Amino acid sequence: MLTEENLKKAEEIRKKYPASQAALLPVLWIAQEQDGWISEEMMRYVGKLLDLPYGHVLGVVTFYSMYNSKKLGKYHLEVCTNISCMLRGSDKILETIEHRCGAKPGETSADGKWTVSEVECMGACGGAPMLSIGEEYYENLTPKKTEELLSSLK
Amino acid sequence: MDRYILPEIPNYHKLEVYEEHGGYGALKKALGMKPEEVTDEVKKSNLRGRGGACFPTGLKWTFMPKQTTKAKYLCVNGDESEPGTFKDRQIFEFNPHMLIEGTVIACYAMGITTAYIYIRGEYGKWVKMLQKALDDAYAKGYVGQNILSSGFSTNIVLHKGAGAYICGEESALMNSLEGQRGYPRVKPPFPAQNGVWGCPTTINNVETICNAPLIINKGWEWYSKIGTPKHPGPILVGISGHINKPGVYEVATGELLTDLIYRYAGGVPNDKKIKAVIPGGSSTMILRGETIEGVRMDADSLKAAGSSVGTAGMIVMDEDTDLIRVITRIAKFYYHESCGQCTPCREGTGWLWKILKRFEAGDAQESDIDLLMDIANNIEGNTICALGDAAAWPVQSMIRRFRDEFEKRVSKSSSKNRASVPVAS
Repeated sequence: MLTEENLKKAEEIRKKYPASQAALLPVLWIAQEQDGWISEEMMRYVGKLLDLPYGHVLGVVTFYSMYNSKKLGKYHLEVCTNISCMLRGSDKILETIEHRCGAKPGETSADGKWTVSEVECMGACGGAPMLSIGEEYYENLTPKKTEELLSSLK
Repeated sequence: MDRYILPEIPNYHKLEVYEEHGGYGALKKALGMKPEEVTDEVKKSNLRGRGGACFPTGLKWTFMPKQTTKAKYLCVNGDESEPGTFKDRQIFEFNPHMLIEGTVIACYAMGITTAYIYIRGEYGKWVKMLQKALDDAYAKGYVGQNILSSGFSTNIVLHKGAGAYICGEESALMNSLEGQRGYPRVKPPFPAQNGVWGCPTTINNVETICNAPLIINKGWEWYSKIGTPKHPGPILVGISGHINKPGVYEVATGELLTDLIYRYAGGVPNDKKIKAVIPGGSSTMILRGETIEGVRMDADSLKAAGSSVGTAGMIVMDEDTDLIRVITRIAKFYYHESCGQCTPCREGTGWLWKILKRFEAGDAQESDIDLLMDIANNIEGNTICALGDAAAWPVQSMIRRFRDEFEKRVSKSSSKNRASVPVAS
C-alpha cells in the first residue's frame, strides 16, 4: 500500500531506532503524506510492516490529533483559538471562514474544498491570530487578509 | 545584554556563517576536556532548564550512570506546545547549529551515542529546516563517527510528533518516541535509571541545550553572572496577547515584567491598563495587573509573586478582557489535551470546563465557584503527571485573584434548573 519509494523510506527510518515499534509515528507520517489520510487498510498494512497489532496502530492514530483517519477536503484550514489568538481576534477569522467556505469547525464544505478545524496553540502567538494549511503558517491575519488568502486558493 | 541564543546575525542558520562567528568552537573545546569536566562546567554555571520545570541542568546530567552495559540516550524536547510559547521555533529557524552543537556537547558529557530531537508535528516546516542544518553538520564532521578526530561518535535523529501537548512531558515524550500513545509514566523509576527502551535517558529542552556551547566557550563563571544568580543566563521571553510588539525577546533573567511589556514590547494597544498577566505559559498562575510592579522574569521572583517562570511565555490581557472567557478557553485546552490515564485529570478537566461554560453563559450558581475550587484542589497532586496540576492552577488562581469576575456571572434567576450544557469535544 505504500509506494516502492515510500517503502524504501520506511526501511531507512526503521534503522534509526533500536526497536521497530519506534518507527510507527514516522511511518504513519509517510502514509499520510502519500494518501492525505490513513485508512483502516493502511493501518493494518503498517501494522504488518512493523510487526505491530492493528489495535496498537489504531490506538496511536486515534491518540494523536494530526493523523487523519478520515479523508478531508482539499484544503484543511486549522485555526488556532487558544488564548493569545483569541485575545487578538481569532473569532473574526473563524467567522470569515465560516461565511466564505460554508463550513464550521469540524465540518467539510459541501463541495469538498474546505475542511475547517479549531486547533490548540500552534506556537505562533507572536503572529496571532493565525491559521495553518498543511505545514504552512499564515500569521497576523485580519478578516481581509483571510478573505484574500481563501480567494487565492484554487 | 548581547544576544547569544538569537543573535542579530543575518543567515546565522547557515553553517558557514555560524562557523565564521566562532560556531562549533565550543564543541572543539569540549572534546579537549574530560566528559565529567564538561558536566561540571554546566553544573557550576547554574543553568536551569528552560522547558518549564526550571530544574538545574548540570545536576540532571549527573544522574546518568557512568558505568552501564545499556545504551544511553538524550532526548531533546522540542514539543513546544504550552500556550503562549513560541521560542524554540525561533531556534529551529534562526539558530539550528547552536542546538546541534549543544546536543553533541551534551552527548559527549554523558557518554551518549544517540540523541533524538523530538519536535512537535505542527512544526513540519521547521523540522525540514533543522534537517538541512543537521545534514550540513554531518557533512562537515560535527556529528557522526569520530567527530573532529576526537574518537567520540554520536548520532542525532529528528523525530516528529503528531499533535499532543502531553508529549512535552518527559515520560510521555519517551513513550511517544517508542511508538506508543503519549501516556506519561509513573515515577520512579526516573529516566536516568529507566528511560527509552529501558535505557538511561536524559531529556532536556531545546533552549536549555543551546546554552551549553555558550557555557563551554565563555566558562561557567561568566555565564553565572548573567541575570539573576540563582537562575542565570540569557532567556527567551515570549510576549503575546494585548501588546503592541508581540514576539520573542532575548534578555538576561531577572528583567522586570513591566520593562518587558513597556520597554521591549511597546506597551499595550491604545494605552489601556493591564487587567491580568500570565507570566510563563497557560500553566502558570495568573497575576492581577496591578501586582506585576517589581516582579522579575526569574524563578524566585515569580514564585514570590505567586506564580512561576514556566516557559517565560507571557500573555498580557487589557482592562476590557473577559477573563471568564479566558479561563473557560484555558480549561477547554487541558480537557482536550488530557491523555486520559488518571481519573482526576480525565474527568476533572472536563468537569471544570462544563462548569466554566455555565459562567460564560451567565448561568452559573454561586456555589459553582467553590465547586470549581474543590474540583481543582482534588486534581492537583493526585495525578501521574503535572498536566493535572497545570489544569488546576489557572482555575485556582483565577478564583483567588478575580473572584468578582465569577460573581458577576452568577445567574440572576433563582431557579435551580438549568439547561444542561453538553460536554462535547
